[in-house]
Amino acid sequence: MAKQRVVALEGIDLELKQGEIFGLLGPNGAGKTTTISIATTRALPTSGNVRIKGIDVVKHPAHARRLIGVVPQFNTLDRSLTVYENLYFHCRYFGFSHAHAKSRSLELLTQFMLSERKDAYPPQLSGGLAQRVQIARAIAHRPTVLFLDEPSAGLDPQSRMAMWSAVEGLRVEGITVLLTTHYMEEANSLSDRLAIIDYGHVLALGSPEQLKATLGAHAIFDLKLRSQEGLEPLVARLKARPDVTSAEVTAEGLRVIAAGSDGLLPELVQAAAGHGLRDLQITEPSLETVFIQLTGRDLRE
Amino acid sequence: MNSLRLKIGRFLKDILDMFLQDMGELTRYWDHRFSGSPESVALEAGVFFKAFGGLFLRDLRVLTREFLPFVLRVGMQPLLFLFVFTFILPRMSSGNPMAVAGGADFGTILLPGLMAVAIMFSGIAGVALPLSSEFGITREIDDRVMCPVPLWAVALEKVCFSAMQSIVAALLVIPMARYIPATPVRADVHHWFLFALVLVLASLLAGSLGLVIGSTVNPKQIGLVFSIIVVPITFLGCVYYPWAGLKTIPWLKVAVLFNPIVYISEGLRAAVTPSIAHMPWWAILVALLFFTAALGRWGLRGFMGRVLS
Repeated sequence: MAKQRVVALEGIDLELKQGEIFGLLGPNGAGKTTTISIATTRALPTSGNVRIKGIDVVKHPAHARRLIGVVPQFNTLDRSLTVYENLYFHCRYFGFSHAHAKSRSLELLTQFMLSERKDAYPPQLSGGLAQRVQIARAIAHRPTVLFLDEPSAGLDPQSRMAMWSAVEGLRVEGITVLLTTHYMEEANSLSDRLAIIDYGHVLALGSPEQLKATLGAHAIFDLKLRSQEGLEPLVARLKARPDVTSAEVTAEGLRVIAAGSDGLLPELVQAAAGHGLRDLQITEPSLETVFIQLTGRDLRE
Repeated sequence: MNSLRLKIGRFLKDILDMFLQDMGELTRYWDHRFSGSPESVALEAGVFFKAFGGLFLRDLRVLTREFLPFVLRVGMQPLLFLFVFTFILPRMSSGNPMAVAGGADFGTILLPGLMAVAIMFSGIAGVALPLSSEFGITREIDDRVMCPVPLWAVALEKVCFSAMQSIVAALLVIPMARYIPATPVRADVHHWFLFALVLVLASLLAGSLGLVIGSTVNPKQIGLVFSIIVVPITFLGCVYYPWAGLKTIPWLKVAVLFNPIVYISEGLRAAVTPSIAHMPWWAILVALLFFTAALGRWGLRGFMGRVLS
């Protein structure tokens, strides 16, 4: 039986700074999980390496695991142990003494507001709570880097917010966080820097603001007009403006793509009034528009 | 005949090569671990043993929570076996064919056999069943796989823990065999060292077999494996009859030599009831070592394959 060779990654080259929250943004199948699996010693790359604090993860997996915390995509809590025991034994796996493991577990239960459910078994927990236990467990041994693989997959909006604030809270501890996501809001609000990847390549790298600014993330103005006659002079005038990238006549009216909307909006409205403006829709620049510009496809496809 | 000998020779050489290769990897691992300063050496070795201990403690915690089911699971079969075959049947009319077939010594033959079964079943129940569910959709093994120890140590811990269960299960059979049978069982352990050695090796062998089953068999088919592999190798494992007794069926006497359970029951026969004819102890020890190494190696390979992608 020949295995089909799939190239999931082709040249991902990233460097994380101590203490930052770094987002890997990409659609499903872009290579996010593969990147994390390799970095967390769970998959062997055909070539390339990952270094954490100078330690080669591929060559010295056992050593590297002490520097790594992982929150996997699915709930992998030990179902035979209580919430408290999940934390306690995790600490023991990392060489903590009984007393040390106990105090660390109790401390984490308080930090993640889990004390009330400490004797519950994982199947009794809601998705959001289980995710919090997983994060607590992943940082229990004080790793240098925490990997969060699609942390909000399958969470309701409220649990997602709670999870985000838990991750934000990790900034205090100085842990470097690498998270993968295909949620724009998540990447936007959590990451200090992010990389947009697709088909195993890094397409763009920078802070969310940088990406939006330098990649010319533009606002899109869709105007619906009653009459489309005599639009040509207006189109020509708009195109002459330095902040306008494109202006074109559409079936229903006019579409203008421009960087920033400050001076443009009143002028557009005024000029369009003569043509019977009946509707105006503005799509603000966002990571979503950046992503569509870069990949030509929607994130949620 | 020559080509067969050649094939067997090549097979043995392959296994030896694999073994040497493993030892090479192992020593390289330790070399890397111990290449630092003396303090870091102490630290690294400390972390290794503590992590291993942590894994063991976790399994112990889970076992204590279901201690009664554990005792019932390992104790029920030998209890009923001894009760029916060495207590009920001998008391029935003296012409009972079952009792006559077994002979007056049947209890003595049965004791090491039942210990072997207990070892086998707890080895498989202690590794194969938990592994197959932990490798299943829950992927519970993930957290333990992320321990700061090499992967083989995680698998080794599973085998060692199940070996401990097997030893307890085997020892539980002894008091039962002492009190239940109608005619006394002639147990005679004076080679304590041999007894301990066989017990430990047999338990590690059963754990390795469990590792092979747990890491290579699809969780959905684990029940099927019990009926098509575990039950046959038990029944054909010289459990209810000594190997020497097979002299009237020569082909079977040779065929069962490929069954690792044979060496567990014969080994215990040599150690616990030496009055019954048994294989020479050195052949038993060599075979036990061989099967433990081969199955352990196979199981470890399966384990790594399941964990790494």
